Amino acid sequence: MRDWNIQARSRQARLARASSLAKGKEIGAADVAALLEAVLEPGDRVCLEGNNQKQADFLARALADLDPEKIHDLHMVQSVLALPEHIDVFERGVASKLDFSFSGPQAGRLAKLVGAHRIKIGAIHTYLELFGRYFVDLTPRVALVCAQAADRAGNLYTGPNTEDTPVIVEATAFKSGIVIAQVNEIVETLPRVDIPGGWVDFIVQSPKPHFIEPLFTRDPAQISEIQVLMAMMAIKGIYAEYGVDRLNHGIGFDTAAIELILPTYAQSLGLKGKICRHWALNPHPALIPAIEAGFVESVHSFGSELGMEAYIRARPDIFFTGADGSMRSNRAMCQAAGHYACDLFIGSTLQIDLAGNSSTATLGRIAGFGGAPNMGADARGRRHASPAWLKAGREARAGRNLIPRGQKLVVQMVETFREHMQPAFVERLDAWELAETANMDLPPVMIYGEDVSHILTEEGIANLLLCRTDEEREQAIRGVAGYTPVGLGRDKAMVENLRDRGIIRRPEDLGIDKRDATRDLLAARSVKDLVRASGGLYDPPKRFRNW
Amino acid sequence: MNSYYEASARERLRLLLDPGTFHEFLPPSERVASPHLLQLDTPAAFDDGIIVGKGLLDGRAVLAAAQEGGFMGGAVGEVHGAKLVGLLERARDERPAAVLLLVESGGVRLHEANAGLIGVSEIMRAVLALRSAGVPVIVLDGGQFGCFGGMGIVARLCDAIVMSEEGRLGLSGPEVIETTCGVEEFDSRDRALVWRTVGGKHRYLLGEADALVADDAAAFRQAAIDLLDTKPDLSLEALTAEHERLGGRLERFGACRDALDIWSALGIAAPEKLPLLEADAFRAAVAGKRA
Amino acid sequence: MEKLIYEFDGGAPVKATQGPAIVGVVGSGNLEVLVEPENLGGRCVVEILTAARGFGDIWKAVLEDFFARHKLADLRISINDVGATPAVVSLRLDQAVESFLGGAS
Repeated sequence: MRDWNIQARSRQARLARASSLAKGKEIGAADVAALLEAVLEPGDRVCLEGNNQKQADFLARALADLDPEKIHDLHMVQSVLALPEHIDVFERGVASKLDFSFSGPQAGRLAKLVGAHRIKIGAIHTYLELFGRYFVDLTPRVALVCAQAADRAGNLYTGPNTEDTPVIVEATAFKSGIVIAQVNEIVETLPRVDIPGGWVDFIVQSPKPHFIEPLFTRDPAQISEIQVLMAMMAIKGIYAEYGVDRLNHGIGFDTAAIELILPTYAQSLGLKGKICRHWALNPHPALIPAIEAGFVESVHSFGSELGMEAYIRARPDIFFTGADGSMRSNRAMCQAAGHYACDLFIGSTLQIDLAGNSSTATLGRIAGFGGAPNMGADARGRRHASPAWLKAGREARAGRNLIPRGQKLVVQMVETFREHMQPAFVERLDAWELAETANMDLPPVMIYGEDVSHILTEEGIANLLLCRTDEEREQAIRGVAGYTPVGLGRDKAMVENLRDRGIIRRPEDLGIDKRDATRDLLAARSVKDLVRASGGLYDPPKRFRNW
Repeated sequence: MNSYYEASARERLRLLLDPGTFHEFLPPSERVASPHLLQLDTPAAFDDGIIVGKGLLDGRAVLAAAQEGGFMGGAVGEVHGAKLVGLLERARDERPAAVLLLVESGGVRLHEANAGLIGVSEIMRAVLALRSAGVPVIVLDGGQFGCFGGMGIVARLCDAIVMSEEGRLGLSGPEVIETTCGVEEFDSRDRALVWRTVGGKHRYLLGEADALVADDAAAFRQAAIDLLDTKPDLSLEALTAEHERLGGRLERFGACRDALDIWSALGIAAPEKLPLLEADAFRAAVAGKRA
Repeated sequence: MEKLIYEFDGGAPVKATQGPAIVGVVGSGNLEVLVEPENLGGRCVVEILTAARGFGDIWKAVLEDFFARHKLADLRISINDVGATPAVVSLRLDQAVESFLGGAS
């Protein structure tokens, strides 16, 4: 007769091996290596909590320092490879296989180790895909997670950076896995419980608080006049045009510029209360002036942002906060919200090809995806209507014999040239070459052209929804590609025709005077202005100060 | 409100002086640019990063110079230095109400170091000569690149310094200190530390800056107007008194490890709150407590 | 450094009473543009000194579009460039002309 309880008995055996190390659920920091050796077995699938922002850095170090004679061939599943230790585990032979989403800071080392056959990549995912696979075929045996505090029963308080912890723990704890949490402090009573203690097996107080990176702070002082112009076009040419009320912004100075001219430019167009009321967004400091001006009604976040704690606490009508007053984020929930409940995604990229495919891949770096593809993709499963979604759908389907359906607005916002005169528009994405050298099944495309509705550059907006042929689409893209080789290769007559049909719109077609595009439009021109706008509640990290 | 910090050198002069009164000497169309930079295959500016000229401030004749931090950090090269020296020497002949120096400079331009060093020493000599002739020299410091190196010394040789909180004044810049003495001694990326060590508020508290204003061109203008009647005093008694004051300051604060310790020692109630205060509230909070 | 010179014919003369105008700063990703009236036999001459070599074709295209916008004659435009993007170059050129025609210097 088949044994139906192998996983649970394996779990019991592992817990038994670790029992002498623990006092209740508590493990001393010095015993962490012994704990990991006790509960891990070669070939285990391990989730090491590497988020966008907070990192289980103490557990990562301990894992990387294990003896590869004893623990080897681990299969790491984690959303972000942010710390050197995330690569060290492979370099030292503790782990050999990897499924992940994003590796920005470690992309170069990752590519080297993949090239040297020290890491076998299962697949590169978007966040939602990877989380989905935690519940299907990539369920962790052991999860190493991170929280702000624990009590002695193992209940966890994540603080505002809840991020991936709930999804990781849920997948592990309910499939007979083992959950180990590093916490900054062990207390008698938690401000709130984010993870029930019954789902957590061990807690260890790390010698130093876990590392958190402020990823979403953009200093308004660095926003250029060109970015202000593009932000004006986004608001007047897209947000106002479609009545975009629910949205997600990618990270960057381009989108920060939009956030910062809502209280000035959008206000002057009478758009307050009509656009940008509901957001799936990390708590960008650049959104503070718009919140204070009454533009914003709600913000749900993937994670938090350093320095925003007191401000968020004081604006519970806007942010999702617990009874303790601090924010609760949740990457999985917010990704789902961004995908299904938002009418628009706008973000930047490094390269766009003639079909509108965009990629951030560069040679020698395997950077992965993160969340942009989930945000920047039409939600094919969406069924509820909204004016913006319906209008986009009408434009895309006009003149074709199709049943009515809406479409998400997916906007790629780029200056035609990046720094050092690197063109943002190319005939062929570098992603193709990366796919060949790294032996990938597919070129790593961040946003597929078929999902892109608009491309916005300093030269104008190309509305791809209105294009009816591949040729029109190509010329619409060339028509906003400025002086890049792709832009110079345009068919001028055809581009003028597209302009007459409103498929390409220049600033002057939108009634925007370029001379108005100055930094004076920014509701905050410095980080200090953001602090002022917050009434002193925003407390930016030291590196962003000039006072 | 026009941000002084964000404005270019030309915009600062336009905003500072009475409207339409500025007349530039050696304007860009004269193309008196650096002869050295092009030989080094480095871009040069038509005005070598400094604008000099005359104008009216509150109806009174002044000479003024403005360094452009956006061009090589406002560094002093041969032409740049010579334009400033020429302006100061002209002031000895013309006797304007004051000379205004809108400083923004990392010091000597490394590409033309010897000429720049000589330039800075000539500027110092010219400032002292002008002061002894009774014409006040007023420094305005609120640009993005601060005022360091030789220009830091020049600034302290003048009659008065107006700073905003964003302005910085020092000898070695933060990165230089970190490189020379190590990150443990000074972490140049800790911008809060940088600003409380060399920023306008600290310089005002130490008595090095005479006025602390908001980052607003109109506030700089008003502060400059208020200082127009400053009378240079280079008498032996004045110098002795100044040396005694500086000696006393060293004795009083020499053991402090951080600007916050100095602010505490000055008897300021909540020193950690000072960086957050706006200019008016700050001046009120520290009134009567400056070193 | 690379020196580029472009000339345009067929513009309309501007009032000779205007003095020179300058905008921009010689800093990374930026440029300064000096506009001066000069008797050039009806031509508009643009002289560029740039730190970024090999972008002559792009300069030419940017300036052709600029000239199509502003059709100016008897004008010397002198540029010191530190790798500004075409978007910034176009913006500064427009600002320089506006400043020049507005009489501010």
